[in-house]
Amino acid sequence: MKADLKADLAADRETGKDAVFGGDPLTLYGVELSSRLLAGTGQYPSPAILSRAIAAARVEIVTVSLRRESGGNQAGARFWALIRDLGVRVLPNTAGCRGVKEAVTTAQMAREIFDTAWIKLEVIGEEDTLQPDVFGLVEAAAILTRDGFQVFPYTTEDLVAAEKLLGAGCEVLMPWGAPIGSGRGLNNPYALRSLRAHFPQVPLIIDAGIGAPSHAAAAMEMGFDAVLSNTAIAKAGDPVAMARAFALAVEAGRTGYRADLMQARDMAAPSTPVIGRAFNDLANDRARA
Amino acid sequence: MHIHVNGKALDVAAATLAALLAELDYEDAAVATALNQMFVRRRDRGDTPLKEGDAVEILTPRQGG
Repeated sequence: MKADLKADLAADRETGKDAVFGGDPLTLYGVELSSRLLAGTGQYPSPAILSRAIAAARVEIVTVSLRRESGGNQAGARFWALIRDLGVRVLPNTAGCRGVKEAVTTAQMAREIFDTAWIKLEVIGEEDTLQPDVFGLVEAAAILTRDGFQVFPYTTEDLVAAEKLLGAGCEVLMPWGAPIGSGRGLNNPYALRSLRAHFPQVPLIIDAGIGAPSHAAAAMEMGFDAVLSNTAIAKAGDPVAMARAFALAVEAGRTGYRADLMQARDMAAPSTPVIGRAFNDLANDRARA
Repeated sequence: MHIHVNGKALDVAAATLAALLAELDYEDAAVATALNQMFVRRRDRGDTPLKEGDAVEILTPRQGG
């Protein structure tokens, strides 16, 4: 078993508490968290459903954004009040920013309004896939880190970009699973495995493209530290139930990873003992016939 | 004076960014501001003069992924 799962299980039995998960905190920029699921707040059918889904998902971090508002319309203030009532930590994003200057200015505005140094940095480079512009991303990450931000860069699975983001001061990376909102899951498992293997000590959060709880579980089984989901929960027929499903999937995937998965093989291997099988002689007779 | 606020052309009387927020009823709202793509801190708004053709962004919290 990996990472003291055995000790945690023993503690569970002794205390009756969920040490298996609670004893396996995720640390992001020095902040210890017990949930490994992060939730976006966009596209929910209503603020009430958003609140209930966030509670059902048991997340400790939600993403938020900044947008233009016309004077007198207090939609922004109402949303912000709702998020504060949830008692969760916020991770503001620079969603939709196309250039370094735009992203840096948006991050600075977000820091003032949300009162946090955390920023989910997005610099988008391509319209059809909303693929990160990793060149702009590295540049913006360096500027923001120097300015005291704790940057969560939304990046691809590119190893060189990851290395440069770490060099720019990022302590967490958020590689995409698939294009934002596509629900395609983990598009490039080989590259994601490579990324995980190259940076074993860096918290890696799969962001974007997750469409189903099974995708989230697969990411966690691969050893990723956490998963961020928005559309898959918000656009589900029942977002509250889906939020719960995601929480369970992330927990199952993480516990499975810690329990050390078996190696897959091409040929069957009986799980029931062969020795002592009844009618073994008849089978041998058939084989001879 | 003609300026752009959140992409819309406006004719305003305000001489500073702080005065503009008051003129547009944003005074008590949780907003962040930028002038010509540069962030302007809340405490600097009163000392930030506006001039013809400026582009102001006034942003508020919103849902996001």
